[in-house]
Parts: sequence; structure tokens; C-alpha cells
Amino acid sequence: MSGSRDAILGAIRSTHLQGEYPRPAVPLFDQAAPVDLKALFQKSLERMGGKMLLPDVADPMAPVRQAIVKPGPVVSCVPEFEGDMKITPQTKPTDIAPVEYAVLRAAFGVAETGSLCFTEKQLHVNTTGFLPQHLIVLLDPAQIVYNLHNAYQRPEWLQAHYAVFQSGPSATADIEGVLVHGAQGVRSLSVLLQP
Amino acid sequence: MTAELHEELTDPHGEHLDHGAASSPPLKSRISEPQPRGAKIRGNRPVDQSEAANRFMAATEHEAMHDARLWDLRQKRDKEMHGIEEWEELRNLASSIKEHTLSKLDYYLELFEKNATANGIKVHWAKDGAEHNAIVLEILRSRGVERLIKSKSMLTEECGFREFMAHNNVEVIETDLGERIQQLDDEAPSHVVVPAVHKLRTDVASVFAKTIGSDPDNADAHYLTECQREATRPLILSAQAGMTGGNFVVAETGTFVVCTNEGNADLSANTPPLHIASIGIEKLIPGLNELPVFIRLLSRSALGSPITQYTSHFRGPREGGEMHVVLVDNGRSERLGMEKFWPGLKCIRCGACMNTCPVFRRSGGLSYGATYAGPIGLIIDPTFNVHKYRNLPYSSTMNGSCTNVCPVKINIHEQIADWRKTLAGEGEISPVKKVMMKAAGEVLASPVVYRASLPLGRSALRHLPHFMLYNKLNTWGRKRDIPETPKQTFNEWYRKNRKSQSEGEKS
Repeated sequence: MSGSRDAILGAIRSTHLQGEYPRPAVPLFDQAAPVDLKALFQKSLERMGGKMLLPDVADPMAPVRQAIVKPGPVVSCVPEFEGDMKITPQTKPTDIAPVEYAVLRAAFGVAETGSLCFTEKQLHVNTTGFLPQHLIVLLDPAQIVYNLHNAYQRPEWLQAHYAVFQSGPSATADIEGVLVHGAQGVRSLSVLLQP
Repeated sequence: MTAELHEELTDPHGEHLDHGAASSPPLKSRISEPQPRGAKIRGNRPVDQSEAANRFMAATEHEAMHDARLWDLRQKRDKEMHGIEEWEELRNLASSIKEHTLSKLDYYLELFEKNATANGIKVHWAKDGAEHNAIVLEILRSRGVERLIKSKSMLTEECGFREFMAHNNVEVIETDLGERIQQLDDEAPSHVVVPAVHKLRTDVASVFAKTIGSDPDNADAHYLTECQREATRPLILSAQAGMTGGNFVVAETGTFVVCTNEGNADLSANTPPLHIASIGIEKLIPGLNELPVFIRLLSRSALGSPITQYTSHFRGPREGGEMHVVLVDNGRSERLGMEKFWPGLKCIRCGACMNTCPVFRRSGGLSYGATYAGPIGLIIDPTFNVHKYRNLPYSSTMNGSCTNVCPVKINIHEQIADWRKTLAGEGEISPVKKVMMKAAGEVLASPVVYRASLPLGRSALRHLPHFMLYNKLNTWGRKRDIPETPKQTFNEWYRKNRKSQSEGEKS
């Protein structure tokens, strides 16, 4: 309501905080960053409940195939792997509900927290990130940044309308602190380092 | 309801995982005991927190579990803090960033509005809860929405949103497990991060048995969580609109950020065609350089986890979708003008002050009878209703631990003391406290009367029968024992020993 807009802004302008409050400069806090970020990423991912798949040089997609152990539709949003359900411009967000596995590529990873960044560009339909039962994620090791400060320097934030850091599977401990994976979103999350 | 579980849920390796919101030592309630309910709300009459706290403490199993669970979160937070060298620098930065933004809040709100609008978000402004509810209802009605899925938001609790929508025939489904438990039990959340932390697993089993048809004799947390997932999913898929809150709002990019562990904000926002976000005007920060400071502090302070499982950024509607943001004041601009209390607006709702507070841990969040419980509640609630919440600032031992753990360095315990002064100044003080304070005031005002009163008090303490010290008027005596009283006052001792000594030296 436009009357309320002016009333709220007017009320704020009528208050004057005593003192000066300059905008501080925020350092990147990345001087201690290791050269190889893969080990730190793996440690953080596992801490958040995610799993690392062992790479197979001879057959790069073998670990993905081996990770698919349950029956049910597999949707793939990557050219390297063929799923059995296609996403088309007509696919609705709710169409993803029966999917057992989604195979995605992360835009980048964050070593500090084991986070994977997905935007609408990687997800094709946003719900592929959390309506399937399980996620298998390809991550280019060259696209791992050290910490969250570095992560927010990336270009994705000014390009995407939707971007999510997913750090391990969906989790809850709302009943007596007992950890349960798959509260509402995915029940498991596996990552394969793959350029 | 099938009791068949996916094997991921049963932890086949028997390992104890403690990431996310999980507790580090396995906790398990041993007995089933009726759940103590929260404070009795009687219209505008002052809430009696200690009455409800006494009932919570009388339920010993609930009290013990609650205390252990929250203290564990506090310890996990400490462990995370020690793992980050720049922790104190991050706290200082978070505090200065919030202070800076609040000092130019009108500028940053307009900047956000401009950028969000350019990205296709429709921005609305609501001066209070009623206006917020009316705006949302109008959006929903004009699109024929009958079912709304929603992630957790303390702001909508402030606005009485669920009750309002129920009266207007819109079905609201909470998708956070803890919040859903509370909704199905018709109870408010008791904690800003873990809304059902005051409940035992047997309490949840009985709520779910009554509402979603789970086995009343199965109180296994995995089973109960799975039942809720299966019961909620069809509702999520059939809802016509989704609602989230917002943890941080980035003015320079027009982005709002929502943090969850369950992924339920993403589900609520992305599954239906319409997404509405209700956000308090104090959630603004300037830009993307500032955002990581808060993301790094939030979950570490709240749960001792490096980050929430999902950190979701919304900058515009998806193709074919619709996105609205309702910016809500509801007393915030007025609070900004309160010389002593405006720093409370820096709060990022992590709940660390609740987890560390000895009063909160032993009395449960519902004993406060207000939207915000615990230390942060003591200093925010009176700004909503000074009369109704006038007793809350006394529910503190003033140990200052809340201030020490606050990631944005709010001077919580100092504000609690300031509220006590302010309330007394405004005559908002209970009759019992008034009589005691008046008597104390007269005695303390005169050194002569004060000195004369001490031996009297001392001998009274030694000789008065127990019932006169531990009675209803003396609320402090209820859970405490008075230390043994000395035989003489310091002044008497000094006069006898030092004075005679120095006189002896002179002679």
C-alpha cells in the first residue's frame, strides 16, 4: 500500500541514530587457503552428510551408474549422462515429484562448507534440486572456491533469479535432536569430481 | 500409513551423525509424561512467566531433555567458534554492518525496492501485521488460491497469519517439521530455530497419531519424520501458492536469502506458480560482500553447524512464475527511534541467546507467552506491548551469557536492565514489586536508615521462621536458599578491628 510505504519511510527518516556508522570493508579471509581445495571440500561435504563418489578414469560415468541402486525414474540435466526422463520446456515443477534420482552439475563448490551452488541454469526446472529422492552431482574440481567470501565474488549472483547452496542432503533434528536425512528435500546427496 | 522406512533413514552403519541440527550425544527421553503447556494468556493482562516455568520444571523429563538439548547446541556452537580464527572479527563486522544499514535504512529499503522491481518482483509495504495479512489475502484471493504451503517465519507468527487465514478459508500448511508439529498441535513455536524443542518424542507421536494417522505407540524419530514427509508431500504438490520469510535482504542486488535445513523453503517457493515472501524491514544488508559474514555466523551460532543444508537466494520470479515481497514494519520503525533499544533490530534470529540462557533452558519457550522467547524476547516483546510483557525483563539472572554469544553483538543483558528501569519509570511494575521497591527505596535513600536496618535484617534473617522468608511475595526465595548470615556487618567488624587498631597505633 503506497500510503504505508511513505508512512514507513517517513517514520524511519524521523529517527536519527546518534553517532556515525560507516560501512565497513569486509576482507576475504582467504590467506590460509590451501592450494588443493579438493580435500577440504570432501571433508566439509562429509561433515554435512554428503558422500563423495570414487572417480573411474577409464569410464567416468561408471560411478554415477553404480550409485543408482533403486528402481525409479532418473532425470539427467547433464550431457555426460543419459537419464530416462527428459526435461522439456513444457515440464512443470510438480512433474519432478516421481523422480528417484536427479543427475546435476553444480555451478561451483565451496570448500569451507562443502556447499554446491545450483542456479536455474543447472537445474533446468528448479524443483530438480529438491523434489527427487536422491541427487548425484558432478563438480568440476577447478570450480571449487575456498570460502563463502570467495563464493559471493562469483558472477552467478548477478545472473540467476534463483540460486541455492546445497550442503549435504535435506536434514532435520526437530524431534529430540535425532538426525534424519530427507525431511522434505533429498534423502541423499553424492558428488563426483568431474571436469 | 506405512511404517516401511527407506534405509537411509535408519543409518545402516550405526554411525552417529551430528551435522545440521542434530545433537552430538544421543539423547533419548526415558519416560512418557504429559507435556506442560505454555503461559496462560488472559487478554492484555501481564503474562506470568514464572507460573508457566514452574509447571515446565515440574515436568522433570521435559525439563531435563530441553536443558540437555539446548546446552548441547550451545557447546556445538563453541566448537565451531574455535574452528574459525576470525570469529570475533566476523562478529564485529556483523554488528557494524547491521548498525550501518539501520542508520540508512530508508536508503537501503528504496534501493532494494528499485532493484527487486527491476528483476520482476512485486514489492508491497505493510505498516503492521493486519495490513500484511490483508495484502497477502488479496494476492491469494485474486488468484483463487485455496491452499498455501509455507516455510517457517517468525514474522508471520508476529502477524497472527495462520489464524487470520483460517478465518478466511485459506488452508495453510507449514512445511518445516518442527513448525508443522506445532501447527498440528495448535501451539506456537517455542524457539526461533527449533520450534518443537520443548516436546518429547512421545508428545510428537501422540500429536501425529491424532492428526496424520501415525501409529500412536511408535515414537521413533525416523518413523515420525517419514510419516510427516509422506503426509505433507501431496499437499505441497497440490498447493497453488508458496510462502517464505527472509533471513537477509541484499539491497544492491534486490536478492532475499532464506536459510533452512530441510529444503522446505525451496519447495514452498519453487513448486507452486506463486511465491510470496514476508520480510521484516530490519533484514536489509547493503551488498554481496556483506552477505557471507552473516551466512558464516548464522548456523554456527544457532546449531553449531557450518551452514544450513540449504541457503536459497531469490532475485526474481522463475519463468512463468510470480514473486511478491511484503516488507513489514510492525513496530520496527518505532523501535529504531528508541535510544536504548534500537540495537535489538540487529538480531538475525539465530537463537544462540536462548540456547545459552539458564532461565530459558529450564522453563521452555512457551512460558514467555510471546512470539519471541528467551533473552531476545525479553527486550523485543515489551516494544510490542509494554503492559502485557512487563514481567518478562525480570526472567533473567543477568549473567550476560546471551550478550557473549550474540553473533551481532547486541547488548542483551544491558537492555534487560534498561527495560527494568524504563518499565518502573512508566509505572509498568507489578504491585508486589512496587511495595518491595518502595520500601527498599526508602531504606537505600538514607545512609543512616540503611545502616540501622542492617543488623535488624540480619537478625531477622536468622530468627524469622522459614515461611516468612519463603512466601509468595518473595519470588526470589522460591528456588533459592539464602546464604548463612554473618553475625556482624562489615561496618561493625571494621569499627571493632581496624579502628581500635589504628587508635591503638596512635596512642
